[in-house]
Amino acid sequence: MRPALIVFQKDPMTESFAITKFSDLANPTRFLALTARILPWMAGITALLFVIGLYLSFTTEGDYQQGDTVRIMYVHVPAAWLSMMCYTVMAISAIGTLVWRHPLADVSHKAAAPLGAAFTLIALVTGSLWGKPMWGTWWVWDARLTSVFVLFLMYLGLIALNRALDDPSRAARVSAVLILVGFVNIPIIKFSVDWWNTLHQPASVVRLDGPTIDAEFLWPLLVMAVAFTLLFFTLHVAAMRNEIWRRRVTAQRRMAARMAGKEE
Amino acid sequence: MINLLLRDLKLSVRAGGGALIGVLFFLTVVAVIPFGVGPDLNLLSRIGPAILWIGALLSALLGLDRLFQTDREDGSLDLMLMQEHPLALTVLVKCLAHWIATGLPLVIASPLLGLFMNMNEVAIGAVMLTLLAGTPAITFIGAVGAAVAVALPRGGLLVSILVLPLAIPVLIFGVSASYAAVEEPAPFMPPFLILVALTMFFAVLGPVGAALALKNAGD
Amino acid sequence: MSHTFYIAMSYGLTALVILSLIGWVMLDGRARRRELAELETSGIRRRSATHSAGETR
Repeated sequence: MRPALIVFQKDPMTESFAITKFSDLANPTRFLALTARILPWMAGITALLFVIGLYLSFTTEGDYQQGDTVRIMYVHVPAAWLSMMCYTVMAISAIGTLVWRHPLADVSHKAAAPLGAAFTLIALVTGSLWGKPMWGTWWVWDARLTSVFVLFLMYLGLIALNRALDDPSRAARVSAVLILVGFVNIPIIKFSVDWWNTLHQPASVVRLDGPTIDAEFLWPLLVMAVAFTLLFFTLHVAAMRNEIWRRRVTAQRRMAARMAGKEE
Repeated sequence: MINLLLRDLKLSVRAGGGALIGVLFFLTVVAVIPFGVGPDLNLLSRIGPAILWIGALLSALLGLDRLFQTDREDGSLDLMLMQEHPLALTVLVKCLAHWIATGLPLVIASPLLGLFMNMNEVAIGAVMLTLLAGTPAITFIGAVGAAVAVALPRGGLLVSILVLPLAIPVLIFGVSASYAAVEEPAPFMPPFLILVALTMFFAVLGPVGAALALKNAGD
Repeated sequence: MSHTFYIAMSYGLTALVILSLIGWVMLDGRARRRELAELETSGIRRRSATHSAGETR
């Protein structure tokens, strides 16, 4: 099973990262070697993109209606996008765990959960900070806000589950099941929250949609979105590497204890 | 399968099975609410359906962690894993038994509590009907949480945390349908039918997910 | 009314969260690397160093 997958290995720098990760799933040691090579590059490109993105988001004009608060969008929208993408990455890894039983898939969704929770938190906080000047309140039970909040709760539940189980491979398989069940549920939750919201829609809330997005805002938004996405993958890969190391340390400690026990 | 259903039912009504604890909890939660919001009968009758639903949701979650844990303790879970029937079917039967033992009493107790909340007859009937259609969905989706947390020594609280976000749609449509029955312009059938559809969907997803989790939680 | 406060807050909090994430990942990585080095010096090697295939555990 393993060698067959290594055949797919291509030049890592030209492949998109998701594909590299999957073709290299077979072997954690290869993965570690690969991360050591490309992590500095990823970190560098991310930093560069953030510099450009931040420059663009502070130099472009404000919206005539919303004024400068439109700048909050440049961090809010990418974070919200990542909160969903991260769950998708976790769901794909969960399939990897359950179907192929790859140790790297286990590591992947375990490492992604705190990152997803953090980005969801950013989306919630900046959404709230955007809502205060726009809607006049910190929190509205708007359909989108509410479903993101539910997503946040799901991330926290997964982290709690992962911490509660001490056998890492069992924890990975069990939380993979939960991730997938949650993934199937997300559209249902979204749909029902929309329904619930149209039922209780307060009249005073000003909705922030419509064709206000033009090229002026699109560029910084796009650059920031790419920067955030790269940041996520950089952190994800680094966290995966840490997790692999952590498991090695535990395994070696256990082995050392066993050897010490044998010698006595 | 019938034997399993009867065995689970017997176990749960026997002393220590904890089937009646759920109803007691339901009763207590609903009885405590007026002390929090005040004895205003108009207000209580307005929020009554929502309170009954939230109370039922919490009580249905309360006993869920025992769904597989007792079987794990006495070893019968291993037997179920080794059976020839698909495990999902076994889980479905166990869910049904669990629902009859803990969910159905909630449904039966709800009219009485509805009277405490000063709800009219239509509202009481609607809440009862929606609870009848909705509580199985909570049990099914809760089975996944129970299966995931089966190996944990104190999984009860974790099961509730994991399952509650997934149970939000059931709550939304249950409460919407109950309100739609009372308030004139809103039609009763659409939310109710969606609720039924949710229950049927969870009846598939829940046992399949729980079976997957149980297989993986072993060894 | 300018909304500088809200903009500064949202960028600041985002930076705070992201920096603490980066900090956590880096510190965690450093700690693990140190542990591995300690194990290495105390003479414990991975099974793969004695056998052939690479295996996580």
